[in-house]
Amino acid sequence: MTSAPSRQAPVPGATPPRPGPPPKPAPPGGAPVRVTGSASLVRSLEAVGCEVVFGIPGGTIMPAYDALLDSTSLRHVLVRHEQGAGHAATGYAQATGKVGVCMATSGPGATNLVTPLADAYMDSVPVVAITGQQSRALIGTDAFQEADICGITMPITKHNVLVTDPAEIPRAIAEAFHIASTGRPGPVLVDIPKDVLQETTSFSWPPELRLPGYRPTTRPHGKQVREAAKLITAAHRPVLYVGGGIIKSGATAELRELAELTGIPVVTTLMARGAFPDSHPQHLGMPGMHGTVAAVAAMQKADLLIALGTRFDDRVTGKLDSFAPDAQIVHADIDPAEISKNRRADVPIVGDCKEILGDLIAAVQAEREHTATADLEPWVTETSSWRETYPLGYDWPSDGALSPQFVIERIGQIAGPDAIYTAGVGQHQMWAAQFIRYEKPSTWINSGGLGTMGFAVPAAMGAKFGAPDKVVWAIDGDGCFQMTNQELATCAIEGAPIKVAVINNGNLGMVRQWQNLFYAERYSHTDLGTHKHRIPDFKLLAEALGCVGLRCESKEDVDKVIEQAMEINDRPVVIDFVVGKDAQVWPMVAAGTGNDQIMAARGIRPLFDEDE
Amino acid sequence: MSMSKHTLSVLVENKPGVLARVAGLFSRRGFNIESLAVGPTEHPDISRMTIVVGVDELPLEQVTKQLNKLINVIKIVELEPTTAVQRELLLVKVRADATVRSQVLETVQLFRAKVVDVSPEALTIEATGTGDKLDALLRMLEPYGLREMVQSGMVAIGRGARSITATAAR
Repeated sequence: MTSAPSRQAPVPGATPPRPGPPPKPAPPGGAPVRVTGSASLVRSLEAVGCEVVFGIPGGTIMPAYDALLDSTSLRHVLVRHEQGAGHAATGYAQATGKVGVCMATSGPGATNLVTPLADAYMDSVPVVAITGQQSRALIGTDAFQEADICGITMPITKHNVLVTDPAEIPRAIAEAFHIASTGRPGPVLVDIPKDVLQETTSFSWPPELRLPGYRPTTRPHGKQVREAAKLITAAHRPVLYVGGGIIKSGATAELRELAELTGIPVVTTLMARGAFPDSHPQHLGMPGMHGTVAAVAAMQKADLLIALGTRFDDRVTGKLDSFAPDAQIVHADIDPAEISKNRRADVPIVGDCKEILGDLIAAVQAEREHTATADLEPWVTETSSWRETYPLGYDWPSDGALSPQFVIERIGQIAGPDAIYTAGVGQHQMWAAQFIRYEKPSTWINSGGLGTMGFAVPAAMGAKFGAPDKVVWAIDGDGCFQMTNQELATCAIEGAPIKVAVINNGNLGMVRQWQNLFYAERYSHTDLGTHKHRIPDFKLLAEALGCVGLRCESKEDVDKVIEQAMEINDRPVVIDFVVGKDAQVWPMVAAGTGNDQIMAARGIRPLFDEDE
Repeated sequence: MSMSKHTLSVLVENKPGVLARVAGLFSRRGFNIESLAVGPTEHPDISRMTIVVGVDELPLEQVTKQLNKLINVIKIVELEPTTAVQRELLLVKVRADATVRSQVLETVQLFRAKVVDVSPEALTIEATGTGDKLDALLRMLEPYGLREMVQSGMVAIGRGARSITATAAR
């Protein structure tokens, strides 16, 4: 326990400690002042608008922690594992749209950030990691807790930098935040040797950014936008294929305007759940491996895909050469390298999605003034019929066990569209993407690209610090939960009353599903024993970590226990939902096959037979 | 499958680790560098890499875009062989005792190469030119016995008065 009185353990019955930072002081400015490198670091973080830092101190970063003690505006959250710090920074960033910050010491502290940095890189999340490094004279000597973290994280960060001069600290921090949050967002690591933190230097703000090679394009090319508008107006079977970029650029209102102006059906990828309301009649659901039949079929039959802030990931396209075979492609993204990377774009548009959509709406309106708009009625009828014929659904387990899909569906219905939902990776993640109805952006936070098990709890913690007034649910699996549940101690002590639903099927469920489908039901090492031995006992574990532990094993208790959890706001709650182990995620496009092979449920591949 | 060769001139910030970033990007994205040369430019803050990469047109576009995403990469220009001067440097130690020395020297002159070191058994020859020319020289010298050789990566510069560094330096 360190400084502020607000960081005491929750006292039962007392007012819950409120996460979140105190008001920000005016940024320092003007003439340089003499300070230590570590004070310069803390002042820079304050000046750049950082409010919360997730981290753990250790040898080389200790000078920074010493300076942190004097900061009145930076809230530090002492996590239990650096991986938790990294995912919390990601959860914070995804919930708020701001840059998430994590801090660790050199060597193992820094290498523990590798997974969350890779995760943030794949999902384009603005995160800044600050790591201590061995003193300059010791670098390269295999000194204690020395690791070349810049070298290690080169392929998994948008940028990284080793600061070798204390005078460069303000610029390094300002540049890191600038790079992380502009263009295609991503993680940036700033590695600072201990003696650089200790040395006396001068601090002044704002520093001059020197990034001659970094000029992201945000304004789209007018000609390309007009070209896209022509295709949109002429298309008979268009689909708006929406990715996480729409949420990151804050373009959900514009997306809705374009969708309603044109009447084009919309699909939202795993990273874009919430970018377009699930309740909207034009929404066909999520595309991809576990997407809805309607979303997958619409893309396969489309004559035009309008891809917005998305990257034609293999989990969406299935086998690339049979993906959307008749579709022309309009591809809008802020990262030029994504355009035509997997699927050649007929109309490439580089820019910020918000600006692109603004221009596109105007261009479509202009185009409609002198060109007849194609009649979308038959297409809308057809896509809607798929949605009605093949809605998402599930069967209750035949052995009378609790249905995991039902549990997740009820959480979504009871907590509602204003809550934030995070997930780990696996079956529970897919069910959470399928059976919770998302109506608003930034309410669904998951590990899409990297597929990081253990993401849910620390991400929920970060989200709660970013949005303390929102209800935050971590939908987790029993496998995932055992990877990162120690952050519940952080949540309990630092005041992040999140709610965790452990969808406990006793197994590594998604792997088990694949073993069932593709490995002749040979269940190699997927039984975690959580059912058989009740080890760990999640209810007791939760209580040991300072949370309320609840358990639910029958359908009748589901609503009651969720409501009970909703009423607890002074500490985290964990519910052990003991569910059947044989439930599977459907629909499914098996890995390596084409999207035409989508199966609505096991053995049911009805869609494309009709046409043959 | 034959892939075409492309010569990229890459202007980068003169900072530590930039070479590792560029080389690492090529390997992790599955592109093979055939030749790489790095050196200073007329601007102290800018270094120039000449990278020869064997890829088809579409992956070349991808590698160029990925390179452009590196924060330290300032500018990338593809130099076409017809509109650029391309040179490699070769140092080769050829077995050449008194009996064949004059023949070796004749070859050196034909290729406008230079002898930079002499010993009783061997000559060390310096030659510059395109890869093809140096290959031809080596073919001519091979019968005498190549003792040791070292070759630089290709450097290239566009013909005419235009400069690719002028705008990059701001």
